[in-house]
Amino acid sequence: MSDATTNMPTDPMLEAIVGPTPGQMLRKRIFGHQGLMIGVVVLGLLVLVAIFAPLLAPHDPYAQSLMARMKPPVFLGGTWEHPLGTDHLGRDYLSRLIYGARVSLLIGLVAATISGVIGTAMGVAAGYFGGKVDAVVTYLINVRLAMPVVLVALAVVAILGGSLQVVIVVLGLLLWDRFAVVMRSSTLQVRGREYVAAAKAVGCSTPRVLMSEIMPNIANNLIVVMTLEMAHAILLEAALSFLGLGVQPPTPSWGLMVSEGKNMMLFEPWMVLIPGAVLFVLVLAINLMGDGLRDVTAPENRS
Amino acid sequence: MLNFILKRLGLAVLVAFTVSFISFSLMFLSGDPAAALAGETASDQDVEAIRVLYGFDRPMLIQYWDWLSSALVGDLGESYYFKLPVASLIAERLQVTMLLGLCGISFALLTAVPLGVAAAIRPNSIIDRIALFLSVAGQAMPSFWFGLILIVVFSIQFGILPPSGTSTWRHFIMPTIVLGYYAMPAIMRLTRAGMLEVLSSDYIRTARAKGASEFTVLFKHALRNAIIPVVSLAAVQMGFMLGGSIVVESIFALHGAGYLAWESIARNDLPTVQALILVFSLFYIVFTFLSDVLNAWLDPRMRAG
Repeated sequence: MSDATTNMPTDPMLEAIVGPTPGQMLRKRIFGHQGLMIGVVVLGLLVLVAIFAPLLAPHDPYAQSLMARMKPPVFLGGTWEHPLGTDHLGRDYLSRLIYGARVSLLIGLVAATISGVIGTAMGVAAGYFGGKVDAVVTYLINVRLAMPVVLVALAVVAILGGSLQVVIVVLGLLLWDRFAVVMRSSTLQVRGREYVAAAKAVGCSTPRVLMSEIMPNIANNLIVVMTLEMAHAILLEAALSFLGLGVQPPTPSWGLMVSEGKNMMLFEPWMVLIPGAVLFVLVLAINLMGDGLRDVTAPENRS
Repeated sequence: MLNFILKRLGLAVLVAFTVSFISFSLMFLSGDPAAALAGETASDQDVEAIRVLYGFDRPMLIQYWDWLSSALVGDLGESYYFKLPVASLIAERLQVTMLLGLCGISFALLTAVPLGVAAAIRPNSIIDRIALFLSVAGQAMPSFWFGLILIVVFSIQFGILPPSGTSTWRHFIMPTIVLGYYAMPAIMRLTRAGMLEVLSSDYIRTARAKGASEFTVLFKHALRNAIIPVVSLAAVQMGFMLGGSIVVESIFALHGAGYLAWESIARNDLPTVQALILVFSLFYIVFTFLSDVLNAWLDPRMRAG
């Protein structure tokens, strides 16, 4: 069908009747969505920075230098030797920021994946089976929502000892609630459709119905929640590290950099402003991408 | 209605007991609470003595039962660090946190609802774009960073607001803005979406057709219906904010329950941490229960779910 239209562009009558194909309309929606495009480009750049950190960083992010402590950034009268200055231990700020992108993106991706697996399993089971399964999942979601995330995460990380792995696992085990809520309602919407009934009628097993009929049809919602929870996990890690009970020094975490800069805030406010601004831009880009994906994949859900 | 309330109440009580069990089990996450309490330099006899003194040698479920039955009559144990009853410690600190939470949610509602209404009246206008920008930025703003920026600008640059403490109302201005801005985006979006939906409904067209003034249409007919879900969201956000105040209180050195939680976690003061998790969870459970009941009372369609 689409071949026919592309092969016969000379006939304006046919063009007018057939109109743009669904694929062309989707592409138009994607590339016409300003927020989505900005989010994808900025996030893509930050992912490249994280991947190629060793090539891009001008210095070793852990190398201290007592001779070059608290050098100002270049726009505040510093030199190009340290474009964004150095911290209280003489470590190059730009290099620490570049390596910090790795920490934030890794935590966001792995924590959101862990909680995505937990939440999706619970939500799909609740939505598909209903009844007692649904009651148990609803109860578990309520328990999880009642627990204050920051407080529980801080307490558990403090007891188990702060490290990158502990923070990732704790956040992954805490942030599954929105996955469960959204996947439950999405499953409820599609489980009564004809193709699900058809799959059951031809004798498909329950796992097969779930994996090849339900999951592909709710995957767009899963991706949207995944991006938003990635942003959530990144912000939480930064807050935990800022409070001194997350990722431990000397790991270059942006939240930790803000916390270290806080003591020098009176005289050197840029030490707080720069890492926070980068964190803001990353989370903003992920949120713009998530909101954009929701608009593009389900235009009727636009609010 | 009564049926609905009883069902919700049952769920709330069940959730509260589960949360109490989870916060109690935190004590055992570290392996041996007696060894943790005694410190790294303690001898084996000291650890054993502490184990017996605090009753850690008994089965966990019996310890939970003891803790729960005293918690039910308001005895939450004694703080390891302050050597004071945890309940009175928390009660004293909660006043600041409650005040901050109330100020924060009021600030959020007073900015988000007018902005959401204005944005819905003229979609895609300049006000709508500003509102959208504020809500998108608010969702991405790390609250600790926002707080530090306010301190840099208003305390260090201009010197017009005190950076920390609780002695006057001026100490609460910046914490209120930071905490309120955290809740603002969700309230704004919900107000805007609700108003947009209501404004395109038939009864608004009827109200306009019978010649009601634009003011009456907007505020008497539209906003009164659009605000129902916002009220319940605000109650839920209030519960979240009390839990989230730990970051704000630590930045502005407000000595509330959140600050107490941060101190206690850093000092390994487990009875206080357990009790605080329980208290914050109970607040959230009560707020969501009240908002569900309020919703069902305002909108009978909700009683079915």
